[in-house]
Amino acid sequence: MNATVTSSATSVVSARGLRKAYKNKVALADTAFEIPAGRIVGLIGPNGAGKTTALKAMLGLIPFEGQMRVLGRDPRTQRDELMNDVCFIADVAVLPRWIRVREAIEFVAGVHPRFDRMRCERFLANTQLKPDMRVRELSKGMIVQLHLALVMAIDAKLLVLDEPTLGLDILYRKQFYQRLLEDYFDENKTILITTHQVEEIEHILTDVMFIRDGKIVLEAPMDAVGERYIEVLVNADRAEEARNLRPIDERALPFGKTVMLFDGVEPGRLTHLGETRTPGLADLFVATMKGTYA
Amino acid sequence: MNASTFDGDMGTRAPVAAPHPTHKLRLLLKREFWEHKGGFFWAPLVAGGISLLLTIMAWIVAEVVARKAVADGQINIDNDIKINGLDLGVITGKMSPDDFHQLGQGIDFSLLTFAMWPMVVLAFVVFFYCLGALYDDRKDRSVLFWKSLPISDRDTVVSKALGALVVAPVIAIAAAMITILGFMAFISLVVLIHGGNPYTLLWGPGNPLSVLAHLLASIPVYAVWALPTVGWLMLCSAWARSKPFLWAVMIPVFAGIFVSWFDVMDLFNLESGWFWGHIVGRSLLSAVPGGWLTLLDVDHVQNPEQLGSLLDVGRSYAVFLKPEMWIGAVAGVAMLVGAIRLRRWRDDN
Repeated sequence: MNATVTSSATSVVSARGLRKAYKNKVALADTAFEIPAGRIVGLIGPNGAGKTTALKAMLGLIPFEGQMRVLGRDPRTQRDELMNDVCFIADVAVLPRWIRVREAIEFVAGVHPRFDRMRCERFLANTQLKPDMRVRELSKGMIVQLHLALVMAIDAKLLVLDEPTLGLDILYRKQFYQRLLEDYFDENKTILITTHQVEEIEHILTDVMFIRDGKIVLEAPMDAVGERYIEVLVNADRAEEARNLRPIDERALPFGKTVMLFDGVEPGRLTHLGETRTPGLADLFVATMKGTYA
Repeated sequence: MNASTFDGDMGTRAPVAAPHPTHKLRLLLKREFWEHKGGFFWAPLVAGGISLLLTIMAWIVAEVVARKAVADGQINIDNDIKINGLDLGVITGKMSPDDFHQLGQGIDFSLLTFAMWPMVVLAFVVFFYCLGALYDDRKDRSVLFWKSLPISDRDTVVSKALGALVVAPVIAIAAAMITILGFMAFISLVVLIHGGNPYTLLWGPGNPLSVLAHLLASIPVYAVWALPTVGWLMLCSAWARSKPFLWAVMIPVFAGIFVSWFDVMDLFNLESGWFWGHIVGRSLLSAVPGGWLTLLDVDHVQNPEQLGSLLDVGRSYAVFLKPEMWIGAVAGVAMLVGAIRLRRWRDDN
């Protein structure tokens, strides 16, 4: 009991033994994780791994079993208070199509005690959005600009983004994350992001969680990931020797070289095998999720 | 690999504004108005406008026909043929106080007829508004946006129910008032053209203000009376994964057919008609304004002379003494509570 209290004091989200079963699939199976404050956490997993279910549980949108504390509150029973401090973008294009830009601003300003109208208007000043435009007249990218401006003007403690850039072109995607970092994130805020476009967010994350079949299979700060996993470019003549160190993944390159991924092997034992480097999150993800769809 | 490189930005950021007070209910009602401006505002106004336009056109036709008739010498008023057709001044001079009384009732009756069109539209608007209220945003997934804001599901459902029970009727009645005043202005003009005095002929004997007052006074009656329909439709709206209209209509109607077929009501010493009237009817048709008059003894109103009783506000309020009114209201509130629960946990996005 003591442990729960202390962990919820420092953690923004603390989950233990989560279980959620849909009709023909278990989405969360004894899932446990902690999200500390002031971090940008990527929740990454293949399709159907339970990412969205975990987020929905956190946001009090669905019933589930297990223990969950978000900012010290249970999202199932205290959702109404919780939403003063938590905000989320569920998806692109969930803004109601009939609403006008100015109505959306007026509405959020009127119902959200932490919404800063001036901030929102400043964000929108740099876009092509006009107050009288309706959402249905906007392109997908512009809708996201509007949604992001609304959300970023809210001084929330936890911001949850579920595939926020799906279907956007690269310019909008880059701008989205740029904005988030430059104008929003600070040490008092926590951001939780799920996405498939791993490469695009890996440089902004401070922590990463991999989820597979409803379980968290990796939960670590990005620095620790860099120390724990090492990728080695192994020459063909060294391949057998390298394989004895049990790489978790290997893939062949042209001209006989092989890239091997090692988990927790001392760097000193790897340097003589070939060139070493920190693996990209995408490669790590692919290695960890091997056989998911098999 | 980490975000420490961005720490430099933090000092330059503008401070965030302090939490400010909110006006949730006001904004929620405003949202309903923004979204349903067409149904809430334009539809009753256009209905009133069209009825006015039709009247004006009918008058023009009548005028043309009458002038032709006068020109042909077919109409003869007191052997006093006027070049410009009917002379209302002459008619007015010949009317007795009793005639004026009847005229007044006739005027009130036609005013109520004009108020009817926005009200008929209101019934349809409220019906379909409630069916979509908790369904449309789930369908287009914008419910996820609304749920990302600090508004409880209770507030959402209550605001939508108030939209149907108060906002829509108030606006429709405003439209009815505009229509009535438009009509009065128009026939005043007609009377003037025909040499009559609009004051002695219309505004004196008629009671446009009392008709308006009656309409206004009926808003609370409507709000309580429509509760079972609003509750039922919003319950279906919150529950249905698709086709809320079919569910909302089919469930009571098939229940009614079932009850009639097997004479279930015999068990309670009631007729099947009771079920159709009190269960099926109240859950689907209570959004029709004036429906409560069926509970009151108004069968005797068959001509304008007895209309005065309809215009008596006290009579409408007598419906508050009927248990049917309150049982229906309680059922409606219970269904709204059900809708709130469904809204809280429905997961289909």
